[in-house]
Amino acid sequence: MTFTFDGRPVAAEPGQSLAAALWADGVRSWRRTRHNDEPRGLFCGIGVCFDCLVVVNGVAGQRACLVEVRDGDVVQAQP
Amino acid sequence: MSDVVVIGAGMVGAACAYYAARAGLDVTVVDRGPVAGGTSGAGEGNLLVSDKPPGPELDLMLVSLARWAELDADVGGFEFEHKGGLVVAATGAGAADLDALVEAHCAAGVQAERVDDPRDREPELAAGLAGGAFYPQDAQVQPALAAARLLQAAGLTVHAGEVTGLDVRGDQVVGVRLRDGVIPAGHVVNAAGVWSGELSEAFGAPVPIEPRRGFVLVTEPMPPIIRHKVYAAEYVANVASGDADLQASAVVEGTPSGPILIGASRERVGFDAGRPLGVLRRLAAQAVALFPALAGVHALRAYRGFRPYCADHLPIIGPDPRRPGLFHACGHEGAGIGLAPATGELLAALITGTPPRLDPTPYAAVRFAATSGGRR
Amino acid sequence: MRYDVAVVGGGPAGLAAAAEAVRGDARVAIVDAGPRLGGQYWRHRAGSEPAELRRARSTADHLPNSPVWFAEPGPGLGFRLHTPGGPVRADRIVLATGAHDRCLPFPGWTLPGVVTVGGAQALLKGHGVLVGRRVAVAGAGPFLLAVAAGLAEAGATVVGVFEAGRLRGYAGHPRALSPAKLVEGGHYARVLARHRVPYRRGHVVVAAHGGEAVEAITVASGNRRRRVEVDALAISYGFTPQLELAVALGCDTRLDVDGSLVVSVDDDQRTSVPGVFAAGEVTGVGGSVLAQLEGVVAGRAVTGQPGDPRVLRQRQHARRFAAAMHDVHRPPAWIEQLADDTLVCRCEEVPYRTLRQAVELGATDTRAAKLLSRAGMGWCQGRTCGPAVACLTAHLNGRAPTAADHATFANRPLAQPVRLGDLAEPATPSE
Repeated sequence: MTFTFDGRPVAAEPGQSLAAALWADGVRSWRRTRHNDEPRGLFCGIGVCFDCLVVVNGVAGQRACLVEVRDGDVVQAQP
Repeated sequence: MSDVVVIGAGMVGAACAYYAARAGLDVTVVDRGPVAGGTSGAGEGNLLVSDKPPGPELDLMLVSLARWAELDADVGGFEFEHKGGLVVAATGAGAADLDALVEAHCAAGVQAERVDDPRDREPELAAGLAGGAFYPQDAQVQPALAAARLLQAAGLTVHAGEVTGLDVRGDQVVGVRLRDGVIPAGHVVNAAGVWSGELSEAFGAPVPIEPRRGFVLVTEPMPPIIRHKVYAAEYVANVASGDADLQASAVVEGTPSGPILIGASRERVGFDAGRPLGVLRRLAAQAVALFPALAGVHALRAYRGFRPYCADHLPIIGPDPRRPGLFHACGHEGAGIGLAPATGELLAALITGTPPRLDPTPYAAVRFAATSGGRR
Repeated sequence: MRYDVAVVGGGPAGLAAAAEAVRGDARVAIVDAGPRLGGQYWRHRAGSEPAELRRARSTADHLPNSPVWFAEPGPGLGFRLHTPGGPVRADRIVLATGAHDRCLPFPGWTLPGVVTVGGAQALLKGHGVLVGRRVAVAGAGPFLLAVAAGLAEAGATVVGVFEAGRLRGYAGHPRALSPAKLVEGGHYARVLARHRVPYRRGHVVVAAHGGEAVEAITVASGNRRRRVEVDALAISYGFTPQLELAVALGCDTRLDVDGSLVVSVDDDQRTSVPGVFAAGEVTGVGGSVLAQLEGVVAGRAVTGQPGDPRVLRQRQHARRFAAAMHDVHRPPAWIEQLADDTLVCRCEEVPYRTLRQAVELGATDTRAAKLLSRAGMGWCQGRTCGPAVACLTAHLNGRAPTAADHATFANRPLAQPVRLGDLAEPATPSE
């Protein structure tokens, strides 16, 4: 299946989380911090640290490590 | 020997200590916990004129606002935010009451302006509100930082200790007794917040302070969709109510760091911290009614505090005739942060005997002095 | 529907408790936050359930995707657990909410590619993705071995396992090591040997380096420092229990030997609150075998079944191993590695210097430190930085951390984030 990340198509396997699919695609960060504008991606991998936030289909604040990919998902960096 | 012992390192105690030190007095601050260990660490840090109808409390707040501006310039470092307050009325009757209040506020020297469509100021507000009023003077600080910075600016640290009683010679106060010692001083200030009543009884000079529980919901960090402090007009009535049952009306505001704060509830349930779910549901429902976009936003945490409620809705600031040398600076209910600088300045003047900026009569402790001293 | 027993958490402890409670003829529900049973330990991809997990299943009702955001007693007897799908009512509760990686800050730990050991494991076991091609596994605890072995078997180059403990201490706990534990450790050791993965004791990763992602780490051993190139670092120091519900329900807590705040339980896994039991990592981090044993004990006790002496003996032995493990795999002196600008709180980007300033401003406890620095006030509400901030606050105040220091972060009336729209649902008549 495929989803788009900031407009770019990314492949994913069924049951993978968004974070895992991005990681497999070589993406290590998909958010920048509020104060220091530093890159963040996945840290705890289990939904506890909230580093991995993304916007999925228009809804912000989604933890990429918990959201399972669905075909056609539109994923954008969290503002 | 200190000139002044201030009991309580919250916002009010810190302000009293700051202004007393500024007046050249030797000050000791004592608290059984750290700075802002009580209610000051549990509130939103409001500086509001909008929720105070004309009267002595509003007078005190107008003076305090001016002091806050000076403190921001002289001390700083407490996230002073010129937020502005938008009061909204859901019904025509509420809007009419609000209009009357705006008129009275303007006559009393408050900047206030009617707003026909509140969504001009806050685009995310629900449609169909009957009217509103904007108060540009409403502001916000981070209260724990404010208390800490004032103490630091005055060169004071908090002496850790629990006060158990007054040290008295005859009728004259000569210090405070702690669990593990004594601090001698000619003047003692009861700024113990929600515990001021309990402490005043131990001092044989009881004043009626009771806890009034409140909860705040904190959301996940959001983009700035809410620009001001926004609250329902019923809030003013709730503040003024003496009812012990739950008074809740919507208060919603964004913060510079992103989370949206949602209040406000008032209950007189003693110090009971339990069973908050019904209150939290009410706060959430009221917030979503005001700002429908909040339905999809997550609450990350809830916290509660106890406002020091004084039965006649005015703080107690000044000397207690029953114990010469004892002063009170307490009973500010939910307005302690905003009123703290004026309280501190007034108290320092009363201690040093310099003419105060305000008539201290409405806040005088003498109004409770008919209550006999000694423990019940 | 009203259950006799609600088990919160579908990992090894929760599944064991549920199975025993079912055997005791109770109506049981497993209320789990995740989409599939297994918790962290038996994390798996859809369709590839581990055999151990299959064996642990029972006929208990399974309520997935149901994080409990609020727990309260009543109305009347029993409890109510609020989930996004509605409230779950039960007469008695078994809390088996597990633990997550305990993180200690160090320079560079916020670089992309630096993850927790549990995070690397989750990526691999849960999603079939390698955290990197050249991976360092570091921190403390037997878990490092398991994860490193998994990564090596899956084709990653594991440049080393850097264990802070010197492991001489196991010699001081001869009764703690069972044949099973030695066999398990031996298995991982053989995997690592086969893949030529160095296992270095007394080694600490003191810094991570890179621009947009981690490119190298500095490993310290005694006075020696060595730079190692990596594209991923999996690092954590043990686990920290998830106590929100226990604390919200009023259960007593205590500091365990590893410095974590845990729920106090008696020999029947009862907490200090009648009707509330706890099992697994929440009562003390001790691994999956201990978690299952505690689950069995809790499941029997919550349904009034007599205890099984064999299980009790095994539990005692597993507890002894856990204590030995904690004694041996101690975190290093990490505080001295912190630079002024090392972030202590990831969410709010609070540097160490700000926490020091908070203490200078008068923060004598964790609550004040939080208020004056914002550490712990971000999205994760201190789940990541809590243990470190509690220790740092105590250290900066010249004392050892206490249970009260840690309890500040465990105190979360809202145990999980909840949509305001869900919270705004009208109360049921009995609320």
